[in-house]
Amino acid sequence: MITFGSRAGGSCQTRRAFGVLIRIDAVTKRYPDGTVAVDRLSLDIPDGAITVLVGPSGCGKTTTLRMINRMVEPSEGRILIDGVDSRQQPVNTLRRSMGYVIQNAGLFQHRTIVDNIATVPRLLGWNKGKARDRARELMERVGLDASLAERYPYQLSGGQQQRVGVARALAADPPVLLMDEPFSAVDPVVRKGLQDELLRIQDELGKTIVFVTHDIDEAVKLGTMVAVLRTGGRLAQYAPPAELLSDPADAFVEDFLGADRGIRRLSFFSSAGLDLLTGPVVPAGATAEEIAARDTGGSPRLLVTDPEGRPLGWAEPDALAAGPVDAARLLSYGRPFVAGRDSLRAALDCAVLSPTGWAVAVDDTGRVTGVVSQQAIGDAIRTAHAAGAKTEGATGAEPDGTAEPGTDGTAAKAAR
Amino acid sequence: MSGLFDLPSDLQHSYLGLVGLHLREALIPVAAGLLLALPVAQLCVRLRWLYAPVLGLTTVLYAIPSLAFFVVLIDYTGQTETTVMIPLAVYSLVVLVPAIVDGVRSVPQETLDAATGMGLGPVRRYFQVQLPIAAPAIVAGLRVASVSSISLVSVGMLIGNQGALGNMLYTGMTYGRPRLIWLSVISTAVLAIAVDALLVLVRRILTPWMPRGTRPRPAVDPAAADRLATDGPGPAATARKDAAR
Ligand SMILES: Nc1ncnc2c1ncn2[C@@H]1O[C@H](COP(=O)(O)OP(=O)(O)OP(=O)(O)O)[C@@H](O)[C@H]1O
Ligand SMILES: [Mg+2]
Repeated sequence: MITFGSRAGGSCQTRRAFGVLIRIDAVTKRYPDGTVAVDRLSLDIPDGAITVLVGPSGCGKTTTLRMINRMVEPSEGRILIDGVDSRQQPVNTLRRSMGYVIQNAGLFQHRTIVDNIATVPRLLGWNKGKARDRARELMERVGLDASLAERYPYQLSGGQQQRVGVARALAADPPVLLMDEPFSAVDPVVRKGLQDELLRIQDELGKTIVFVTHDIDEAVKLGTMVAVLRTGGRLAQYAPPAELLSDPADAFVEDFLGADRGIRRLSFFSSAGLDLLTGPVVPAGATAEEIAARDTGGSPRLLVTDPEGRPLGWAEPDALAAGPVDAARLLSYGRPFVAGRDSLRAALDCAVLSPTGWAVAVDDTGRVTGVVSQQAIGDAIRTAHAAGAKTEGATGAEPDGTAEPGTDGTAAKAAR
Repeated sequence: MSGLFDLPSDLQHSYLGLVGLHLREALIPVAAGLLLALPVAQLCVRLRWLYAPVLGLTTVLYAIPSLAFFVVLIDYTGQTETTVMIPLAVYSLVVLVPAIVDGVRSVPQETLDAATGMGLGPVRRYFQVQLPIAAPAIVAGLRVASVSSISLVSVGMLIGNQGALGNMLYTGMTYGRPRLIWLSVISTAVLAIAVDALLVLVRRILTPWMPRGTRPRPAVDPAAADRLATDGPGPAATARKDAAR
């Protein structure tokens, strides 16, 4: 077993242990025209996690991915699957044991959706009925309505086609999924839906996924491990996304990550440790005495809630004490964050958006659990950074007190 | 007064017999041409350099007058249907080979990549992916080849009684019987239209996966359609060819 750093929910920097499923061992690919697409690349791809290959166009991502299922044969080096050289088994047996998803899905336009999904099971010799039952089961898993089963690809939207592509790759329950920019041809909203869906599926099925993208945000969102490649097919850095954001290996990686990597890194810290104040939160019908008795914790305004505890808006304490509030005159509370589930990045975003500079925390049902100032969030960020630095590199170290125990890394990612 | 469909005895067939013979002599060559064109086209798809010479060869063969074929063939196959059908089969290649090649090439690269990535070998890829997706283009080629073949069968009269409806036309001209001439011309045209309509139906049945209301591969494959319409043996080209014989 080799241990890989993994992001987990909260400020904890837990190290999850994964086995290596795919070992890319000093692999070089030189195309017949002399182009070196991949140059002595070595990568250990962990079992049951999402490994993202990211880098600028032409850096050899597709070539690397295709060497894993031998659509491209390496010029030098070897690839071990579960410790065995990938050339040991017949090439089509190897490919049927790995789901393959590409941009624009690459669906068979002449086959119905169920028959598309049933392709690999049929190749493996399942009878038609069983293969189609399995296909329908998968349609449900990837969020496709059963009524689409007998349609043809041209009758589906781009996003739906991409879901079919994922379902088709999962059909024979392969341990490995290879995905080559699967979501890059759909609009941002659909893409976010597909990404969340992939994280959910990964969480449920625990597949080993190798995911190619040129979008660093997608890499950081999806990856348990992220390999940044540079032009010429060389590895620039291989690390968990949080580490990538905090410690880029060189100027190339830093440049590739973009300007706001500090802010984005906050995605990896949970909001669970924030000190939420309930003092400035008052129900709509509160009396003047009740309001006067409040410890507002430094907040210049009070957050008014409805009888169920849902936020209505901010009010001046004096105006509130003077009598019933007019909902239209309340100051907007912006967008609340879900305490514990959302990250510090979400909490900070809420505070920045809020006209009062205070963020509103709610629970899963939308009821207010407290409010927190930008100042307090800033303090939490400093604490989290310090804790992160302390545990960095310490394999197996327990998270410190601010961490939420047992938060699953994948689930935390899905929430972002 | 003789009935509309009564024929002189030297035609050796009833009207329906002649129609059957005409269809057989026209369509068996197209079927044989298809069987030959499929592997040839696949070879052209795999070995790109082969396509241009193959296309050149089919054009040269198409340019050979059927009479020249008959002169050579008659020593081997005699004054039979086979002698008529062999040149017709050869002529069909000039349409069918490019139609199949263009059809197979129109399969999107990502569809092929997906097939390969899922573990379909070359044979499965051909029969399960390329051929079905090429079907509309192939049927389009078959339509042109069949119609042209139906009009060309008539030249069978050059070697005796093998021209089917062509012989009826010849008899009508020899005996000065306009009824036979009209019957022959109209019957040939009706056969061509009927076979064409049948092939359109076949394509509809084969391709429920095509967006409705679109013509066969209008966007994907305009080159093939253009070639068939302009310099292929379309009605105009066929007429020119007939005139030349
Ligand atoms: N079949 C081929 N023959 C020659 N060169 C190739 C071939 N395929 C890819 N290349 C070259 O190898 C390099 C890497 O290509 P590859 O497709 O792996 O890049 P990529 O990282 O996937 O790029 P993109 O993000 O644009 O998809 C490029 O310079 C490309 O031009
Ligand atoms: Mg690529």
